[in-house]
Amino acid sequence: MDSNPSSAETAQKSIYVSSEVTNAAKILVVGHFAVGKTTFIGSLSEITPLRTEEKMTQASVHVDDLRGVADKKTTTVALDFGRLTLSDDLVLYLFGTPGQQRFMQLWEDMARGALGALLLVDPARLEETFPVIDLIERYGLEYAIAVNSFGSSSTYGEAEVREALDLLPDTPVVYCDARDQQSSAEALIALVRHLLERAA
Amino acid sequence: MTTPGEEEPVTSDFVRSYVITGGRSLPSSEELALHTLVTLAPERTPPLGAGPEVRAIWELCAGGYLSVAEVAGHLGLPVGVARLLLTDLAEQGHLLRRAEPPRAQNVDRATLEKVLNGLQSLIG
Repeated sequence: MDSNPSSAETAQKSIYVSSEVTNAAKILVVGHFAVGKTTFIGSLSEITPLRTEEKMTQASVHVDDLRGVADKKTTTVALDFGRLTLSDDLVLYLFGTPGQQRFMQLWEDMARGALGALLLVDPARLEETFPVIDLIERYGLEYAIAVNSFGSSSTYGEAEVREALDLLPDTPVVYCDARDQQSSAEALIALVRHLLERAA
Repeated sequence: MTTPGEEEPVTSDFVRSYVITGGRSLPSSEELALHTLVTLAPERTPPLGAGPEVRAIWELCAGGYLSVAEVAGHLGLPVGVARLLLTDLAEQGHLLRRAEPPRAQNVDRATLEKVLNGLQSLIG
């Protein structure tokens, strides 16, 4: 996991939130498996990103990769998150959420009180993003798209991404390198600007 | 909104989770959101017969404010289990929490502006 030392410069060594902080906000960083959620969070977090292992009991109906096993199965999903102090009295938590439908309970938990969601997209695997968009919309979250380009050959232009994902005209699409703090911050800025417009 | 119990809640390994929680069902996130900040109230003594997980939470939360998710992450507990134990401590008066974060439906512009300003200061 990449961690960016520069993001810790202004933070205290302590694991605790500064005592002046009175408010905590939450933004979700979502996307399909291995799209770079953990890397994105790590590039911005002032603490070493944390992970919990959530074990869930799920009915196997509609779950392809559990086909042929017992009706109910316990699966594990990792929940990754990081923290960013944004002012004297406000911290922002970034929660990395897996996009699978079967983790609905976790999604409900994550979505509660979230400002919005940044949807990370791998341009080569756009079709894997559809179930994640479904979940975002089910929970009524506003979102922006961040195409994680990894600094590599991005063969898909914004128009193609928009068309492939059937986005609304005002849904922001930005390109980012999830390993880079500034690039990740800029993607979040695009999301928050969008949230402000929608809140107007 | 999903009715509690409509789906199985977040659970740990069944046996371990059962032991830690005493077999109780896990509270919903309405009580304590993942990003709710909590700390130990001053001058409290741990409840009699507190289990190892409660004692670990006690020690961790005595140091300052952390989110519910961070408490779970630091102690290697599933979020649902950590939330249950924190809810117990809150009901017993041992826990302080910061004001609940606003719901998504009525996020105030002031918070969004603050988040925006904070992020912009990162990219200088």
